[in-house]
Amino acid sequence: MTDLRALRSDFPILDREINGHPLIYLDSAATTQKPDSVLDAMDEYYRLYNANVHRGAHTLATEATELYEGSRSKVARFIGAEPDQLVFTRGTTTAINYIAYGWGLNHLKEGDKILVTIMEHHANLVPWQLISRYTGAELVYLELNDDLTVDTSTLDQVLTDDVAIVAFSGMSNVTGALGPIDVLAEAARSVGAISVLDGAQLVPHTPVDVADLGVDFLAFSAHKMLGPTGIGALWGKPERLEEMEPTEGGGEMINTVERNESTWAPVPHKFEAGTPPIAEAIGFGAAVDYLDAVGMDTIAAHEREITAYTLDRLSEIPDLTIYGPRDVTLRGSAVSFELGDVHPHDIATILDQDGIAVRAGHHCARPLMKYLKIPATARASFYLYNVPEEVDALVESLYKARKLFGLT
Amino acid sequence: MTGLDELYREVILDHYRNPRRQGKLQGDPIHAEGSNPSCGDEFFLDLFVEDNVVTDAAMRGLGCSISQASGSMMMDMIVGKSVEELRELIQKFKVMMSISEGDSPIDEDRPGSVLGDLEALQGVRKFPVRIKCADLAWATLSEALDQTTS
Ligand SMILES: Cc1ncc(COP(=O)(O)O)c(C=O)c1O
Repeated sequence: MTDLRALRSDFPILDREINGHPLIYLDSAATTQKPDSVLDAMDEYYRLYNANVHRGAHTLATEATELYEGSRSKVARFIGAEPDQLVFTRGTTTAINYIAYGWGLNHLKEGDKILVTIMEHHANLVPWQLISRYTGAELVYLELNDDLTVDTSTLDQVLTDDVAIVAFSGMSNVTGALGPIDVLAEAARSVGAISVLDGAQLVPHTPVDVADLGVDFLAFSAHKMLGPTGIGALWGKPERLEEMEPTEGGGEMINTVERNESTWAPVPHKFEAGTPPIAEAIGFGAAVDYLDAVGMDTIAAHEREITAYTLDRLSEIPDLTIYGPRDVTLRGSAVSFELGDVHPHDIATILDQDGIAVRAGHHCARPLMKYLKIPATARASFYLYNVPEEVDALVESLYKARKLFGLT
Repeated sequence: MTGLDELYREVILDHYRNPRRQGKLQGDPIHAEGSNPSCGDEFFLDLFVEDNVVTDAAMRGLGCSISQASGSMMMDMIVGKSVEELRELIQKFKVMMSISEGDSPIDEDRPGSVLGDLEALQGVRKFPVRIKCADLAWATLSEALDQTTS
């Protein structure tokens, strides 16, 4: 197995004990832990460089601005983009809302269709529902194959000329299934629609180059890739970002302001109204530095191995049902499951007593849960710091859950 | 007993797997619905109240063992009780579940304890995030009782 074990000492939280056991953190799909380098970068900014950005000529302001813009360059380079195509946002959710309001409001009309998939996170559904209310557009759905990958065989029926937006996830946070990025990007192009890729689970776990993706927009969150909360990114093709209106107005995003109207600063600044989360942006830059140093290919290989191991070990457990593809080339490392009639919340409580953190619930994907006809799942999700012994501990704890619930 | 053994007592698992008074009431019962949106647990309650006394009750629920067992135990206790008695029971249940009581030992020898099976839920107090699971059915009952006075 690709051995990244030595990296564990970079993550101070991994030394913690939970309920008398060493922490086994299997909830990276919700948010990842942070290495020292990220924590230090943010701390250092506050201790040595704290000043507002893009305002004022003093030395600190210049240094803070350089750090902030330097992070933008790092994050852009991380996905093969130019810095002026990368907007800092509060996260994936905000990025998708910016597209919905900033692009959707002035492009969608009554009867237009927004094509999504049934496996989307609420962040890639609710903004489109909101914008549909204002514009009279309507959501249409692609459903799933038996292995819970997206079924593109019905594209012919749903891909009509009135589809204006195709919005889909690169990787499901519930089933781990990879999205059919090439197929849906091409489908969008073929009917003159824009494509929006929810990269919240994709960008942290696989090498991404926007030139290869073929989509118009990509959204992702720093906190799911070793960075802090409160920051994320919206990447867009230059012409799309130009077509987009700012959703928020205020300082920093203007060129000139008159009594009754204003003109905007150039992209990306026209989308960054007000004082941005500066420390967080700097932490985001440190996070991609860390990921770059390890190498995204190495991380992806490690996750494939630990996912394969997890699927194997979980399959041994009687009454356990895995929700997601078994083929590790079709999926990422978020593994959802049910264990007999032991409710996922009960599973989470029992595992927590052994120091194991997993997520239980609908994972902000209620339409998917309804489609799968289940109320909730338990989910173990992995990242570069996880090791196979943690999977063994998970399995052992699940046997304990079986016993407590009298499953034989 | 470990915390988990205390939490998942046999009587709780029995109520979870064989919930009492499952179903719907025909006619025009008082109806209340409760849910914990963060976890998706749901509890639907139907009641008939005549002369201030609950004469029939039925529930439908979806969720974890604690929320469903708590609801099922509640269903075992409510028919034949007056609205006032039930309000008192809700109050007792709340006191039993309050975290400040969490350290008091479970008195297993107490004969004919007032709360009956419900006392098995005391193990939940060691798991503060799960208290809202145990509370769900009772909050729903409280809402249903409010409808009787309007
Ligand atoms: C697939 C997917 N999309 C969107 C989001 C929303 O991300 P955030 O909450 O960081 O905006 C998440 C994270 O929960 C996710 O897993």
